[in-house]
Amino acid sequence: MMKWKQLIRSKLLVIGASMIALLFGLMVISLFYTPYEPNAMNPAMRLAPPQPAYWLGTDNFGRDIFSRIMEGTQTAFLIGLLSVAIGLFCGLIIGAVAGYAGGWLDEILMRIMDAKLAFPGILLAIMLVSVFGPGLGNTIVALGVMSIPAFARISRSGFIQYKEFVFVKAAKARGAGPLRIVFRHILPNMTSPLIVAASLRFSGSILAEAGLSYLGLGVQPPDPSWGRMLSEAQPYIVNAPWYVIMTGAVITAMVLGFNLLGDGLRDAYDNKG
Amino acid sequence: MRFYIRKLVTLASTVLLVSVITFLVFQVLPGDPAQIVLGVDADPHQLAELRRTMGLERPAAERYAAWIKEAAAGDLGESLRYHRPVKEIVAERMPVTVSLALMSLGLTLLIGIPLGIYVARQDGKFSALLLSALTQLGLAVPSFWLSFVLILLFSVAFKWFPSFGYVPWSENPAQAFRSLLLPSLALAIPGIAVVIRYLRNTLLDQARMDYVRTARSKGLRERAVMYRHILRNSLIPVLTIVGLLIADTLGGSIVVENVFALPGLGNLLITSIGTRDLPLLQTMVLYIAVIVVLINFIVDILYMVIDPRIRLKR
Repeated sequence: MMKWKQLIRSKLLVIGASMIALLFGLMVISLFYTPYEPNAMNPAMRLAPPQPAYWLGTDNFGRDIFSRIMEGTQTAFLIGLLSVAIGLFCGLIIGAVAGYAGGWLDEILMRIMDAKLAFPGILLAIMLVSVFGPGLGNTIVALGVMSIPAFARISRSGFIQYKEFVFVKAAKARGAGPLRIVFRHILPNMTSPLIVAASLRFSGSILAEAGLSYLGLGVQPPDPSWGRMLSEAQPYIVNAPWYVIMTGAVITAMVLGFNLLGDGLRDAYDNKG
Repeated sequence: MRFYIRKLVTLASTVLLVSVITFLVFQVLPGDPAQIVLGVDADPHQLAELRRTMGLERPAAERYAAWIKEAAAGDLGESLRYHRPVKEIVAERMPVTVSLALMSLGLTLLIGIPLGIYVARQDGKFSALLLSALTQLGLAVPSFWLSFVLILLFSVAFKWFPSFGYVPWSENPAQAFRSLLLPSLALAIPGIAVVIRYLRNTLLDQARMDYVRTARSKGLRERAVMYRHILRNSLIPVLTIVGLLIADTLGGSIVVENVFALPGLGNLLITSIGTRDLPLLQTMVLYIAVIVVLINFIVDILYMVIDPRIRLKR
């Protein structure tokens, strides 16, 4: 692992990490406190512009947009975290099998991973959700499946590279089993590319969730979602432009944060090598 | 020649694999596709009826073989809701999505390449840094939100472009162009960011090569070195990402067509999910996937034609 000093030297990384820390803080606070109850309607204050009482204004039901955005951070972090975890877990296994076994099994597995490229953008997630139905759980699984190929490719190339290294051969000669070799000797060497990919896939999942939920195929009420807020905001784009602008800006900030973090980490790791 | 044959075999096997995945997702994973179409509390008689029309009493492998055989013969089945051949419906929607993809690709290259060159030439200066920051922003912005912002700016504030709807090219080319400009710009922005980044890095890498030093020591002026030598060698790698850019545009158009109410494939896709039109959905997904595979194949071949080193290396 790297030293903190080295990491902080990368400006991208610091900016990205602070943006995520800010949003993460907002999420933690939202678990205990939001300025208003996110679903509390106030008919007298429909589509109110930003003001001291309502920082980001109110929506078409008079609900406080800032409170709803705060609550949305929970869904965003949950979806990002779990879908990356699913992608990482399955991708690691597939990549390890492909890289370790080689031959025709490798060929078939990687062909299947490449086939994902034929379903551009959120098409694969749309396919899965259209069959299994929308909702928080299915969205997470669909986005997780979308992330598998990225991790599988990294893990495969890592295994192909490291299985020929002397330290792995030495471990094998000492009688270490394949599981020990994978977990103790090969995986620790792949943490940096995997962390970079996890950060970038995190932002990919958040973008995809926003798109899915905007189309009505992702997170369903009562679970909060920024993407669905945007689809609710669209009819009021002329009367209440702040509703659309603020909600989208938060999505952009979160995606930007994780992109910068990923790029910054990659730069930091590259410079070390 | 052997090289092209191998590429063709890869193409065929990829198309086959993609069709298997599509079939698995829509016909095997859900268990009973008829249930998906009619919903959980469907009438048992209706269910039995639909299973017969969809041919579900046959085993999945047999159904897959029949589907592929028919598709290869040009028969893509019939939509459950429109009661019309899927081929016709898709053919009606195709021009919108294709125009959108081509216009957005055009914008991506027209804007991305000059800016990429600019950023590389100004490397280290403030203007280049600013553009790089904007590039990061372009990669993070959801394209449908960008559509909203563009609508607010150019339709609501300046009233230059319509905020939704589509006019066919045959009816009024100028209006058609106007109705597609904002959506294709929204789709192009992430691609522009990718091109700027990629071209900048390739240009800076190429600028360190020996042939550049030779060109300079020959006494060539900086402009000539840039445009005649460095740029030429840098544009070839950019071609490889054109396939990816088109695929991204097709993926993005699923959402953006719905923002601007454009009657394209993406719009039809979402409608057919709403109406649970499984045959239409399945065929449309296959269509999009095969188009993407074909585009990548063509880009691959073009790349070989332009750069013989790739062909000779293997």
